[in-house]
Amino acid sequence: MAIPSEIPTTFLLGRLDWHAIPQDPIVWATGVVVAIGGVAMLWMLHKYRLWSYLWTEWFTSVDHKKIGIMYIVLALVMFVRGFADAIMMRLQQAIAFNGSEGYLNAHHYDQIFSAHGVIMIFFVAMPFVTGLMNFVVPLQIGARDVSFPFLNNFSFWMTVGGAVLTMMSLFVGEFAQTGWLAFPPLSGLGYSPYVGVDYYIWGLQVAGVGTTLSGINLLVTIIKMRAPGMTMMRMPIFTWTALCTNILIVASFPVLTATLVLLTLDRYVGTNFFTNDLGGNAMMYVNLIWIWGHPEVYILILPLFGVYSEVVATFTGKRLFGYTSMVYATVCITILSYLVWLHHFFTMGSGASVNSFFGITTMIISVPTGAKIFNWLFTMYRSRIRFELPMMWTVAFMLTFVIGGMTGVLLAVPPADFVLHNSLFLVAHFHNVIIGGVLFGLFAAVYYWWPKAFGFRLDPWWGKVSFWFWVVGFWTAFAPLYVLGLMGVTRRMRVFDDPGLQIWFIIAALGAVLIAIGIAAMFIQFGVSIMRRDQLRDETGDPWNGRTLEWATSSPPPAYNFAFTPVSHGLDTWWDMKRFGQTRPRAEYLPIHMPKNTGAGVVIAAFATICGFALVWYIWWLAALSFAGVVIASIAHTFNYGRDYHIPAAEVRATEAARDRQLASARA
Amino acid sequence: MSTVSQTPPGTFWETEPHHHHEGASTSIGFWVYLMSDCLMFAILFATFGVLGGSYAAGPGPKDLFDLELVALNTAFLLLSSITYGFAMLAMVKNNRNGTLAWLAVTLVFGLAFLGVELYEFNHLIHLGAGPQRSAFLSSFFALVGTHGLHVAFGCLWLVTLMIQVRQRGLIPANRRRLSCLSMFWHFLDVIWIGVFTFVYLLGMI
Repeated sequence: MAIPSEIPTTFLLGRLDWHAIPQDPIVWATGVVVAIGGVAMLWMLHKYRLWSYLWTEWFTSVDHKKIGIMYIVLALVMFVRGFADAIMMRLQQAIAFNGSEGYLNAHHYDQIFSAHGVIMIFFVAMPFVTGLMNFVVPLQIGARDVSFPFLNNFSFWMTVGGAVLTMMSLFVGEFAQTGWLAFPPLSGLGYSPYVGVDYYIWGLQVAGVGTTLSGINLLVTIIKMRAPGMTMMRMPIFTWTALCTNILIVASFPVLTATLVLLTLDRYVGTNFFTNDLGGNAMMYVNLIWIWGHPEVYILILPLFGVYSEVVATFTGKRLFGYTSMVYATVCITILSYLVWLHHFFTMGSGASVNSFFGITTMIISVPTGAKIFNWLFTMYRSRIRFELPMMWTVAFMLTFVIGGMTGVLLAVPPADFVLHNSLFLVAHFHNVIIGGVLFGLFAAVYYWWPKAFGFRLDPWWGKVSFWFWVVGFWTAFAPLYVLGLMGVTRRMRVFDDPGLQIWFIIAALGAVLIAIGIAAMFIQFGVSIMRRDQLRDETGDPWNGRTLEWATSSPPPAYNFAFTPVSHGLDTWWDMKRFGQTRPRAEYLPIHMPKNTGAGVVIAAFATICGFALVWYIWWLAALSFAGVVIASIAHTFNYGRDYHIPAAEVRATEAARDRQLASARA
Repeated sequence: MSTVSQTPPGTFWETEPHHHHEGASTSIGFWVYLMSDCLMFAILFATFGVLGGSYAAGPGPKDLFDLELVALNTAFLLLSSITYGFAMLAMVKNNRNGTLAWLAVTLVFGLAFLGVELYEFNHLIHLGAGPQRSAFLSSFFALVGTHGLHVAFGCLWLVTLMIQVRQRGLIPANRRRLSCLSMFWHFLDVIWIGVFTFVYLLGMI
């Protein structure tokens, strides 16, 4: 791509000019497809007059359930992009042998591996997990919404803003070519003079505000909004893991923010934090970013440990084995996750003592994690397991994750790490735990809670197709990377000299194709299930014979979740309710106090996104204006004191009467 | 489980109307936010701790800092915390005009602090000791500047709240907001004590 070495800047457009359009037929073709798809979607929205429905019912909604669903939709959309990157890399590496350059030039390939990591972590896994917690946690604790409903909406739109900036970099300018953590000095102005790293920075900063605020929000929700009687040790295990995750978010994302600010200053102001001269220290950045980065991987996995626990207890029909030890294991992992960051760079050369410390703390994490695995196994032991889809994913997780965990312990041994550092063995390891742990858990969660969200189950046949292609595809794609890593192949290579390696890359590419079929089957499953929703309908609100409070209300739940506040007398409150034959209360319905929808979150996040774009391109006037927009819109929002309303008792009565009829027809 | 009891332990639904205390979560939510902000400062302090001695053959603290000026500035900020405390006392006594007056005094101290800080920055840059000169100065400007930026936003927030208190009086929503800003303001004071100690005082030893 022809980026001039001296980039001219103008007042009006900064450094944005025709050079910003990538000179790459692959990108053009993608752009055409995206444009056609986008226009078609806009036309459909216009034709079916969906704009005002989307705006009033979804975009401006402060309902935690709708926000949760929107987060997951965002994650699924970004997942398609992240996977497209993945399969392009697999193809490139499978063919770039024997003198072939493959089909991706270095500039493009380097952007792809950076974008793949950034998108999969920040815009797939994070929104997916946040969406899940948003949807499930208030229902599980018997609350009507989160503590700060407006903030929730705003956080979501900031995440969208970050995703928009990242996607925009594909067509306007470039993305970072630095890898997903943008280590300096490579990410400094000297080696990355154009806009790629700036897109990276502002995309993550805009989204990061949303993540931090939603972490605070959910943390406070769990502390303050639990149903009466629900003490900490009576909280559902998913809520416990969500609590620990949000503590981790609040205690680690500010580190990322501050670190990226320092990198920004190096790039924009010319400071010397991470430069090679004038006293800067690039290893500072590596330390700081991993002080955020390691807790981050536990932010991703902990809620899924919660999901597996709920799924195992539900589909074995038993109380979770070792609930208390599960809670303590979760808390241990939360604390230990801050004491291991240096294992990401044993090769920094900080000496045997430091490396030993971090190697040992890393190995210790496998103890509480192992305790969890045993708890799940003991819950399953001698029970009548129902192998529905969530349970199948849970079993796949246990088999896959244990192997990923063991390769992790192997990497925690500093001398071994010196050999395997930055190799494909590492790549195989973290995909083994992130796909096998986080993604499989997210799928289990989707199958488990989909009926709660939409009132009908997902078609099991396509689900099983997806499951088998995914699991087999995963192992076909990543087992070869372990082999290659042990042979010494480093990550992020674009071309290879040794023809003996090619077969392994071809097998890996085949695995990626199998995964692609698994993904396609999953989307087909969504479509088929929506079309067959009447056959798959669940009237009871409790299709799996669940144990926790979210199953005590209808599917989908009414806006207010529960007409009366549930009271907890122990673990598994809904199970207790069923055991004691509790019926729904017949007392006089009361008006319900709820927060009002507002467009302020969309507006402020839009200004923030424009500000990010302007900063990427050095359009200073626009940056100043849009920043002023953020401040003024925020202040204007604080002048709006009428943020709540009451759902009239008559409406509650009508909703609950409809629910009575639904339950009666389910029993009939 | 062997201890399954057969009698219901009590009611499973709360059918009596109960009033959620409006904004009950705000204080703890804002406190958690402050802790996250505190972590940002922790990173900036740590950065200063690592890079604070990297003068790159340029000027060091003893060449640059005017301790008397910084002491004056510290006094401004500490006094502003006291006057904010008086504003809160007036609020508790339901004295709207007293609250507004003390908020105005706080604002003056806050602006005075910012004025002196801007003067100091300007002076350093004119001496050729800008943030680009060395890693020490980069980390100095980042830490002190971030604190100053917080004070500037605090001032903006203070003005907004003064207008809102003027318009609607000391209604519960405004009281909640005043106590959030109070926490924010005192928090910045605590951070400044750290800055004054670790950056200025230790730098002059």
